[in-house]
Amino acid sequence: MEKIGDMLIRKKPFQEMVMGNTAVVRAMVEAGTRVVTSYPGSPTPEIATAINSISKEKRPFYFEFSVNEKVATEVAFGAALNGNLSTVFFKSVGLNVALDSFVQLGLMNIPGGLVIIVGDDPGANSSQNEQDNRNIFRMSRIAVLEPASPREVYQYYLKAAKLAKQESIAVVLRLTTHVCHARETVSFGSFSGLISPHRVDFSTENGPYIPIAALALEMKRKSLAKMSRIMAFAGEQGLNTVIPGHKTRNLGVITQGLTCRSLQDVLQGGDAGPDILKLGMIYPMDTNDVVEFLKAHNQVLILEELDDIHEKEIKALAFDHGISVKLLGKNNDENFIGEYTPDKVLKVLKDVWPDFVKHHESSEQDLYSDSPVPVPPRPAQMCPGCGHRSAFHAVKKAVGDNDITVADIGCHTLGFLPPYEMGQVLLCMGASPGIASGLSLFNIQRKVVAFIGDSTFFHAGLPGIMNTLLNHHNITLIVMENGTTAMTGHQDHAGREISIESLLQGLGIKHIFSCDTYQQSTLIGHVKAAMAIEGLSVVIAKHPCMLKLTRAQRKKSGFVPRHVKIDDAMCSRSHDCVELFGCPSFVRHPDGSVGVNHDLCIGDGSCRQVCPEKAISIDS
Amino acid sequence: MTNPFNIHMTGVGGQGIGLLSQTLLRAVDCAGIRAIAVDTHGLAQRGGMVVSRIRMGENVFSPLIMAHGADLVLGMEIHEALRGAHTALKKNGILCYLNVAWQPLAVRLGQADSVAETQIKTVCEEMDARAFCVDAETIDDPRMQNMALIGTIAANKLIPGVDMNHYRQALKDLLAGPVLDKNLALLESYGKGAAPGPG
Repeated sequence: MEKIGDMLIRKKPFQEMVMGNTAVVRAMVEAGTRVVTSYPGSPTPEIATAINSISKEKRPFYFEFSVNEKVATEVAFGAALNGNLSTVFFKSVGLNVALDSFVQLGLMNIPGGLVIIVGDDPGANSSQNEQDNRNIFRMSRIAVLEPASPREVYQYYLKAAKLAKQESIAVVLRLTTHVCHARETVSFGSFSGLISPHRVDFSTENGPYIPIAALALEMKRKSLAKMSRIMAFAGEQGLNTVIPGHKTRNLGVITQGLTCRSLQDVLQGGDAGPDILKLGMIYPMDTNDVVEFLKAHNQVLILEELDDIHEKEIKALAFDHGISVKLLGKNNDENFIGEYTPDKVLKVLKDVWPDFVKHHESSEQDLYSDSPVPVPPRPAQMCPGCGHRSAFHAVKKAVGDNDITVADIGCHTLGFLPPYEMGQVLLCMGASPGIASGLSLFNIQRKVVAFIGDSTFFHAGLPGIMNTLLNHHNITLIVMENGTTAMTGHQDHAGREISIESLLQGLGIKHIFSCDTYQQSTLIGHVKAAMAIEGLSVVIAKHPCMLKLTRAQRKKSGFVPRHVKIDDAMCSRSHDCVELFGCPSFVRHPDGSVGVNHDLCIGDGSCRQVCPEKAISIDS
Repeated sequence: MTNPFNIHMTGVGGQGIGLLSQTLLRAVDCAGIRAIAVDTHGLAQRGGMVVSRIRMGENVFSPLIMAHGADLVLGMEIHEALRGAHTALKKNGILCYLNVAWQPLAVRLGQADSVAETQIKTVCEEMDARAFCVDAETIDDPRMQNMALIGTIAANKLIPGVDMNHYRQALKDLLAGPVLDKNLALLESYGKGAAPGPG
């Protein structure tokens, strides 16, 4: 077994079965990238896993997790101003956090070149929405390359880096969830083994860099002037490709990314198919390629998931060029929703050109497709031993039925599910103190409690907390401190260097309570006391992430698995453990008795105090 | 082999479906067959449903499999096995699953019934599918139950063109030290009866 980290810095070319998120790291190495930053978020955190698999001494670039996406973008931008090829990566909604800085990048001359990797999430697999960031790239006038597979992720990063350096600009590499996580064999190039020198070449002569008044307009003029050269890059590099159909019927499809692969799958096995123009550079769109394609066809379908961005642009293009082609696009709301999987593309084609998908009409495959699946859904759960479960179990006892609880982003968001139902409204990272403040206005009847995780506290929570102080809002904030960025795979956060409690004290917050969440009665007391206080009160509900802790313990020699057991003779079938505490380790038998699933139970014993009969004990 | 040959894997976050999928993918690759794969894990680390897919053959483009397009469904847990049979399995396909139950939330809350193995049998009969139930109860470490599945796959040659040597080689590529030894031992015990490959 060769370690992946050693492989990623191999000098000779090689082939390996990798996922998109790993392939891009080899591309960073080969391209001579010097600085990489990020804030963790799905679908991109495995990029960091691959980076961290290269030992720090051997890694040919600097890497950091920044406090949030905006700071990560700023650090990468600053490094690139010094002449270092830099990269920042984050998830789809991370772009919203980075936006204030991101929108400026289109105006800037960036000598080192900056590649921004954005992991969009069509289908909202692990995000609070499925926003189409192509809208934002366009607003910021930043060039975008979109790969369809791990192989293309590797190739397109290299091209994005080349373009970014050549034009001294920022370039986006837009990935989507199933491109990040797809695996295939990729042929990698060579790596010189030389680490490019660290540059400190910042000079205002490369600017202007102060976008104030007239200068901002001058900067915009300069950036617009680069657009035609950027557009030409797509042609020079062969980024847009035509995949000829089986038979010419003068029908064509313009598409991009993984949607193109879905289309190719759906057409496979049929005896006819349209020509396909696959756009590799999706902004700015190479008008020459598109116009030529439109002229060669009678009907063209613009097949794109999420928004109708290309559709509108191509329709305008056809109008401007006086091309008499019938353009087909989105014809109902459903076409704006969800990932364009092969199943979804089949539906779209059935509507538009049913002839091409006749070969899918074997009815036996639809045998069960319309009947409900007789299995209850399996929502994500807090892990066995999770400190958040203990926290919610206690907080629920302190909060009144009519009080309002506000959720935030993190593992603790799952508290909204039964049996806890803690956290009734959610916007985005760090929004809970602000939302709670608004809910507390004109409100003397209903207490307002906000939850926030520790990584989020630093990421975007602090401004909202300071606002409650400034404006004397009346809320109770519960900081769910587990010592890590757990949801995305246990990345470090600022809490490693900064104590949340000291920080809150430093802000002058007078009412701060703190305890381990396994101390149920103490925690209930703290929350009740905090809620009785006028103004901002904070409860720090601490417990280390047990998934992280258990994994570390398992790696140690002499590790002995622990479990709890239930004394069936003592059990009164109250079901507090399985129904109210809700640890997934409990098994509910048809006869009403409760068992313990040893595959899941970690023997933390946090459940013992919830049993009214004290029937739960550690199995020694 | 039908071309393409599609494998749909399903289970619960924490069951080791990642290693299962990677091992099978590497084994297919070792056998010289082109393959692509993709995981959908969402928030699976928190005990949610997790799905992985492998698509083998020259003419596959997306790593995603269409509804009822899987030649082989692998279930690491009986609820997810039944779900997989209902959503992914092809008529005349193969379902291979572990007799492990991790109750979903609604079952634990007393709002839904647990899946019974007879339900799996029924759906397989209706779909003319072959079913293999793998006993994993004797495996203490749940993270190694995936080896029982791979051993069964090897013993019954459920993935065309891939034999025991390929699975062994794949594991050796992915693991090392005592972890490799333990997993290999389990693979061998469940893979008994698998025809030895060349060399």
